[in-house]
Amino acid sequence: MKDSPAALSRRAVLGGSAALCAAPAIHASANAQTAPTGKTQMIATTLKVNGKDVRLTLDPRTTLLDALREHLHLTGTKKGCDHGQCGACTVIVEGRRINSCLTLALMHDGDDITTIEGLGTPDKMHPMQRAFVTHDGFQCGYCTPGQICSAVAVLDEIEAGIPSHVTEDLDKVAFSDAEVRERMSGNICRCAAYPNIVAAIRDVAEGEKA
Amino acid sequence: MKAFTYERATSPAKAAAAAVANPGARFIAGGTNLLDLMKLQIETPTHLIDVNRLDLDTVRETSDGGLRIGALVRNTDLAAHKKVRRDYAVLSRALLSGASGQLRNKATTAGNLLQRTRCPYFYDTTKPCNKRRPGTGCAALAGFNRNMAILGTSADCIATHPSDMAVAMRLLDATVETVAADGSSRAIPIADFHRLPGTTPDIETALAPGELVTAVVLPRPIGGSHVYRKVRDRASYAFAVISVAAIFGKDSNARFAFGGLAHKPWRTEAADAAAAAGANAVADAALAGAKTTEHNRFKTDLVRRTLAQVYAQQEIRA
Ligand SMILES: Cc1cc2nc3c(=O)[nH]c(=O)nc-3n(C[C@H](O)[C@H](O)[C@H](O)COP(=O)(O)OP(=O)(O)OC[C@H]3O[C@@H](n4cnc5c(N)ncnc54)[C@H](O)[C@@H]3O)c2cc1C
Ligand code: SF4
Repeated sequence: MKDSPAALSRRAVLGGSAALCAAPAIHASANAQTAPTGKTQMIATTLKVNGKDVRLTLDPRTTLLDALREHLHLTGTKKGCDHGQCGACTVIVEGRRINSCLTLALMHDGDDITTIEGLGTPDKMHPMQRAFVTHDGFQCGYCTPGQICSAVAVLDEIEAGIPSHVTEDLDKVAFSDAEVRERMSGNICRCAAYPNIVAAIRDVAEGEKA
Repeated sequence: MKAFTYERATSPAKAAAAAVANPGARFIAGGTNLLDLMKLQIETPTHLIDVNRLDLDTVRETSDGGLRIGALVRNTDLAAHKKVRRDYAVLSRALLSGASGQLRNKATTAGNLLQRTRCPYFYDTTKPCNKRRPGTGCAALAGFNRNMAILGTSADCIATHPSDMAVAMRLLDATVETVAADGSSRAIPIADFHRLPGTTPDIETALAPGELVTAVVLPRPIGGSHVYRKVRDRASYAFAVISVAAIFGKDSNARFAFGGLAHKPWRTEAADAAAAAGANAVADAALAGAKTTEHNRFKTDLVRRTLAQVYAQQEIRA
C-alpha cells in the first residue's frame, strides 16, 4: 500500500486537510447553520483510519461518512441513501461493520476504522476484493465498497458464532449460502449482482477453510 | 440537520442532570434512529448527550437467576449472548429478525425500546401528525394506513411501535430500570413502559423528561419452547407487518405477545388464558376490540393465520 500512487495522493490529502485542520474548518463553516448559541461549536477528535491517527476539528453534525469522504477524502466509502437503508456506507469500526451515515464522527473518538481503502489496494487486493473481481460481483460498482466491507465482517461474524435470522439452531452457526444472503441483506445492489456476490463470498470462505 | 452542541456523558446521573438542565437535549446511543430523524428535521435537538462511554454495556446475572442487560448492550451482542440464546431464545430470535447486521451492531437495548414509529405520515413533514406536531391532526386516519395499528388506537393516532425486541421483552415480563437527574432510580414494568396514544401520542413512554434508561432486567428463565414469527413484505431487512412472540410451556400453557398491532407490544391475559383452546381462540381473545380500516383489515386474518402456523410448528416440535 505504501508504494501505490493511491496511497501517495491520500497522504498528500491527509497532510493538507486533516493534520493541519485548516480545510475541515473552512469546509464546516461554509455550510454550517448557526447553533442556538450563535456560534457553531467545533470539536477536536482523533480517529484511527486505516491504521493512521488523524486529527479533525468538526462541527458535531458531521457523520462518520462525511468525515471520511469530505474531510479525509477517502471517497471509496459511498453515500447512497444516507439513512441506513442501503449499506453503501458500510465501514468496519473496532472490528464491526456499521453504517457510517447513521453515526457521528465525534462518537468514534479514538476508534479504529477500516474503509475499503484500508482493506487493500489495486496492487495488493484483499482476498474479498479479488473474489469480487473474479466473480463479477458488481455492475456499476457503487455499492461494492460497502458490499466488500460487509462481506469481510460477515465471515468474521460467522467465525465468532454470532447467529442470524436463518440459523436453525442458535448454537450451531455455520457458513451457507442462505446465511450469506440473510447476513448481507443490509447491502442493497441496484444492479442485482447478488448471485455473483454470494459466489465471491463463498469463494473466500472456502479459501479460508482450506 | 439543525445545529446542536455535543457533550460526552461521564455518569448516568450526570447525563440525566444535563438533559434536565437542557430542555432541547436528547441522549444519543447508537444514533441509528435519532440521526435518521434529525436529518429529516423530525427531531431537532439543540444539544446531544452522548451516552456511549457510560459503563452500561454488560449483561450480568441477577441474584434471583435473571439477567440485567445494560442499556448500551448492542443488539448483536444481546442476541448472541450465551444465556440469552439458551434461556430467552425468543429475545434472540426477535432481535435477529430486526434491521440489518450493520444496524444491529450499533443499535442499543435502550435505543431499540425508544425507537419511534415508522408511520409514513410521521416521516412526511408536509403532512399533519399529532405525534410530530401535537394538535395538527392525523393524516394516517384517512390516508394509506395499511401498516397502522388496529388495537388500542385513538382518534388522534393509529401508529404502531416498530420494535421486534420490545415484543419479546414484553413476553418475558422485563423491567426497565432508570436513573433521574437527582440520582434516584426506579424500575418500570415493561407493560407500563410504552403508552397508548390517547390524546397525547407525542408522549410515548412513562419516562420523565431527562430520565435515562440504565438497564432492562429479565426475570429468571421460565423454560418452554420459544417462537418469534415475523411477517413482513420481504424476507429480510424489513419492519414487521405483524409479529407473534410465544412461549409454549407444559400442559398446554402458553403466553403470547404481538407486534405491528398497537402503539406498544400487545399482550392480554385473555389471550394467554385461551392457549389450550388453540390458535383461533387465542386470536379471538387477542383481537377483542380491534378497530380496522379499509387498508389494514387484513391484519386480523394475518394474526389468525400466523398463530395457526405457530401452533402447527409447535406440534411438529413436540
Ligand atoms: C433501515 C432500518 C431498518 C430497521 N429495521 C428494524 C426492524 O426490522 N425491527 C426493529 O425492531 N428495528 C428496526 N430498525 C430500528 C433500529 O432497531 C433502531 O434504530 C435502533 O434499535 C435504535 O437504537 P439506537 O441505540 O441506535 O438508538 P438512538 O437512535 O441512539 O436513540 C433512539 C432514541 O432513544 C433515546 N435513548 C437512547 N438511549 C437512551 C437511554 N439510555 N435512556 C433514555 N433514552 C435513550 C434517544 O434519545 C432517542 O430518542 C431499523 C432501522 C433502520 C434504519
Ligand atoms: S398515526 Fe400517529 S404518527 Fe401517524 S400521522 Fe397519525 S398521529 Fe402521526
